[in-house]
Amino acid sequence: MSPVFLDVLQISALVVALVLVHRPFGDYMAAVYTSKKHLRAERWIYRAIGADPDAEMRWTAYLRGVLAFSVAGMLLLYLLQRLQDHLPLSLGFAPIPADQAFNTAASFVANTNWQSYSGESAMGHLVQMAGLAVQNFVSAAVGMAVAIALVRGFARFRSGQLGNFWSDLVRGVVRILLPIATVFALVLVARGAIQNLSGGETVHTLGGAAQRLTGGPVASQEVIKELGTNGGGFYNANSAHPFENPDGITNYLEMFLILVIPFSLPRTFGRMVGSVRQGYAIVAAMAVICLAGIVAVTVIEHQAPGAASQLAGGGMEGKEQRFGIGGSSMFSVVTTMTSTGAVNSFHDSFQGLSGGVLIFGMALGEIAPGGVGSGLYGMLIMAVIAVFVAGLMVGRTPEYLGKKIGAREIKLASCYILITPALVLIGTAVAMALPDGEEAMTNIGPHGFSEVLYAYTSAANNNGSAFAGFGANTTYFNTTLGLAMLLGRFLPMVFVLALAGSLARQRRVPVTAGTLRTHRPLFSGLLVACVVIVAGLTFFPALSLGPLAEGLSV
Amino acid sequence: MTTSTPVRPKAGPRERGGAGAGAKVAPGRFDPRLLAVSLPEAFRKLDPRVMIASPVMFVVEIGSVLTTVLAVADPGDWFGWTIAAWLWLTVLFANLAEAVAEGRGRAQADSLRRARTDSVARRLGDDGREERVAGTALRVGDRVVCEAGDVIPGDGDVVEGVASVDESAITGESAPVIRESGGDRSAVTGGTRVLSDRIVVRITTRPGETFLDRMISLVEGASRQKTPNEIALNILLASLTIVFLLAVVTLQPFAVYAGAEQSAVVLTALLVCLIPTTIGALLSAIGIAGMDRLVQRNVLATSGRAVEAAGDVSTLLLDKTGTITHGNRQAAAFLPLPGVGIEELAEAARLSSLADETPEGRSIAALATTRYGLHPLDRAELRDADWVPFTAQTRMSGVDTGGRRIRKGAASAIGRWVTAHGGRVPEAAAAGVEEISAEGGTPLLVAVHDEAAGAARVLGVVHLKDVVKDGLRERFEALRAMGIRTVMITGDNARTAKAIAAEAGVDDYLAEATPEDKMALIKREQAGGRLVAMTGDGTNDAPALAQADVGVAMNTGTSAAKEAGNMVDLDSDPTKLIDIVQIGKQLLITRGALTTFSIANDIAKYFAIIPAMFAAAYPGLDHLNIMGLSSPESAILSAVIFNALIIVALVPLALRGVAYRPLGADSLLRRNLGRYGLGGLVAPFLGIKLIDLLLSLIPGIG
Repeated sequence: MSPVFLDVLQISALVVALVLVHRPFGDYMAAVYTSKKHLRAERWIYRAIGADPDAEMRWTAYLRGVLAFSVAGMLLLYLLQRLQDHLPLSLGFAPIPADQAFNTAASFVANTNWQSYSGESAMGHLVQMAGLAVQNFVSAAVGMAVAIALVRGFARFRSGQLGNFWSDLVRGVVRILLPIATVFALVLVARGAIQNLSGGETVHTLGGAAQRLTGGPVASQEVIKELGTNGGGFYNANSAHPFENPDGITNYLEMFLILVIPFSLPRTFGRMVGSVRQGYAIVAAMAVICLAGIVAVTVIEHQAPGAASQLAGGGMEGKEQRFGIGGSSMFSVVTTMTSTGAVNSFHDSFQGLSGGVLIFGMALGEIAPGGVGSGLYGMLIMAVIAVFVAGLMVGRTPEYLGKKIGAREIKLASCYILITPALVLIGTAVAMALPDGEEAMTNIGPHGFSEVLYAYTSAANNNGSAFAGFGANTTYFNTTLGLAMLLGRFLPMVFVLALAGSLARQRRVPVTAGTLRTHRPLFSGLLVACVVIVAGLTFFPALSLGPLAEGLSV
Repeated sequence: MTTSTPVRPKAGPRERGGAGAGAKVAPGRFDPRLLAVSLPEAFRKLDPRVMIASPVMFVVEIGSVLTTVLAVADPGDWFGWTIAAWLWLTVLFANLAEAVAEGRGRAQADSLRRARTDSVARRLGDDGREERVAGTALRVGDRVVCEAGDVIPGDGDVVEGVASVDESAITGESAPVIRESGGDRSAVTGGTRVLSDRIVVRITTRPGETFLDRMISLVEGASRQKTPNEIALNILLASLTIVFLLAVVTLQPFAVYAGAEQSAVVLTALLVCLIPTTIGALLSAIGIAGMDRLVQRNVLATSGRAVEAAGDVSTLLLDKTGTITHGNRQAAAFLPLPGVGIEELAEAARLSSLADETPEGRSIAALATTRYGLHPLDRAELRDADWVPFTAQTRMSGVDTGGRRIRKGAASAIGRWVTAHGGRVPEAAAAGVEEISAEGGTPLLVAVHDEAAGAARVLGVVHLKDVVKDGLRERFEALRAMGIRTVMITGDNARTAKAIAAEAGVDDYLAEATPEDKMALIKREQAGGRLVAMTGDGTNDAPALAQADVGVAMNTGTSAAKEAGNMVDLDSDPTKLIDIVQIGKQLLITRGALTTFSIANDIAKYFAIIPAMFAAAYPGLDHLNIMGLSSPESAILSAVIFNALIIVALVPLALRGVAYRPLGADSLLRRNLGRYGLGGLVAPFLGIKLIDLLLSLIPGIG
């Protein structure tokens, strides 16, 4: 079989699996978030944290819950790192320096998982399990909770109540993330991923050198790293490491895990607003963009120029032989377009234009399909903007799902879409203006610039992947990237919840023949255009000086 | 039956307003000469305190100042001077668009002002003596006398007398109208002229706040406030401006790293090209022009908000009489009883109706001559006749002549009359009455009492019915396609209402409607989230007019109605409500279309400017110069010039509004996306290339 045929087969297999799963799974998630019953384990948790899971919250209360929980989580994670030498299972590692501990705590609480450290040589097992892995679960559940709150904003009328944050958080973890993670961790172990508490052992390589192989609870962390679109690897090599991602099958499974929640949430949305077709319109827009990215990168990588690449059948630099060009290209797009940031290859080594696609995929705002929860709410915000422009063009005050999109809604949506471009562009510009930017680069010319641009795009959009080689572990980058991650995560949530509150208060505008129909292919197409054009216009100048300058010069 | 009040003849179908079913709202006028006339005003609007109202154009103005300062600092730089000049032109063109839109209103206001001459009022004291005071000294509640030739000094209600009034100063309609005390035709407007008779008017508005004053300030746009959608759009445009500002400002450090530091002139040019100047420049002109289109159709809206709401309306309440049907019922057929000749019935019906001056009565006489071939007859031709005129109490009319008494009237009234004169109403007549009622018509009985023959007998039945106006069914279908429900309001009983509703093709009807029912219906619709539009003229319509989202008061109506509604139709044509809705939609579509166009334009501008800026540093970027522009300077200049000229090119579109057809949302979206989305994508590629070709002919640029 030709490699191209294999790639097509792999892409199709992933699409088919997602198409089959997203309906029942989306319906299941809708049931989870609308159910009136509490599990016994959940009751214990509510009692322990002193929360009333049945109390309805207005948007301000919901936001307070999100922020309070995240601040507490960040503090705990910071302390775990700073005090790790006093704690068990530290493997003898020293405490993490303050700036890096801040960066890492921000990174994991913000569901970004940017790593300026090497997991196997810095973090003990306790920090990995009680700190990082816990945040992998709960930061994902927070994202989903906020998305569900926005969906309730659309689904409810004249209420202003958005549900209960604590209940949404706990249910997300207990009923969605934990069961799936448990099952797939076992599958990963069965395929060869490791799961132990070993301090590691020293082996001798064929060349005779000694190499330290750290063991650890890898499979359990790996699965939630993908499922929660987190991306923080146990090892520095992330999913390229054979202990995390042993073979092509686990590679396929990991991509499936990354995509399954983001691509199923639109169905949940459709269920909860009472029209599954509205969910299909959203998922279609996500899928079109994501597939276009996968095809673009795969084609570009296969056609990499140069004698070595021709012999290897494409650009194999920085890629694992066991995943090949298809498995690596596909994984790279899947991880950048979902705010995951796990990598199974060096994005730094991709062709210039592929790197551009990856940066652009993040710059879209991580909405195609985006991170768990954040992808859905990001896309719904873009839908609000698209509805506004299109709604005017059909001669009515724009309406989406029976809600008027007026000045307040547009103000909140505009604030949302302003934040990440501002963080990315200002962050990159200041770094470039200071000596810090150039000092961190490992390449010169446009590729060096791409490294810095990639870093801030990744941090502000909560992706977490990097152009490998970028020297991010400096006080400057730990601090600014840490701030970019926090602001890029929580400021948008403020506007999303405010929008949800504003929508939930509205009365229903009845649908007539004059109403813009937002479940039609025409609207999905418009949404795609809106997403691509807004991000494209914002980042075109920056992209032209990095990936485009590099890619078009070949 | 109606009490017939003489009203001025309805204005004939207007060239634009009365267009038939499914017709598109034709665009308004645009006279290129207005551009030159408005130029001074455009310069006056360069004042930053005025410019700040439009954030997008304000940024352009700052850019113009900046580039000018830079050009002054480096006077030898022709490129800097040219860019500065074109940026100023961009701002000027935007101001010109607004000035032209306002200018059209101003011309109208001037002609209105001429009507507001300082009149002298003849105020009536409590003792009945007249006193001459200035019109401006009048207070609410004063009573003034107006006789033939006098100009009515202020808005008010006629409290005494009846007069014909020339309202052409306001309506442009030369035929005089009748104003009389009491009832729904009592309102008079200041500035109109009494042509005959004498009336006493009680003043209802303070000087300076009269209808005429409000009209003047409305058409001038003096009190124009931004509408909700305009505010929302402005927010979106402002945030896009911020995004592009960020993209351009942060570009410099990247450029420095690339070894291609850019001049402030070039960065400013890039910024101005990217921010949505096209829609930013035309936004306020679009709003003013929307109001103006209503004025051209003789409708005055008290606020832009009302015009915008009209586009959102999903329920139209239409009065049956005058809107759906011609004002009065008309005779449609004579149905003789068995044994009675049609000629005999027609003759009797005609004779008995000669004393009935109501339109219904006249229509019976007319039917007898046109359909049944009787020769026209005048009352004077019949000597020795004793006429019995129609009254609302007796509900019948007739004539006594030569020993015969002939009567025509409501079935129950004639029934009693026949019984009183020894006859009885046969089964066949009762059945005929029943059948006509069932069809929604009004049955009248015709009976005769021959003194020689003894008992009175019924000759037959006259079928009166409402005549539905032509072309309405198609208009209602068009409205349905737009998602608008039509509800007919009538005082008729449910059965009649149903029949007429079916014939006219409305979606629903409200029968035996009282003002309270109407109010309840509006509230019910609004509770369901629907916006309601209605017309009204009577004082008892006022609460409903105020409650409705779009309340169009007829100019012939009472001042209470005009006060309560948010629009006044000077032609008093209730069907115009449909036009108003379409104008509201057209206004929103024009905004959306130009926004889409403006944003789509940016793509081409990037392809012009980015390679111009950076191809020297990174030759690979020259691949982006897909238009093959001749030089970096020419490329940037072409984009800036295109950006300025497109504003002027679109001024007519902004003022006329995008052509609108009553279609469903999907077709409208597809059509406008194709035109303004794809059009906006392609047009600048062609435009910039063309300008570049012209520029490259100039030595030193190409």
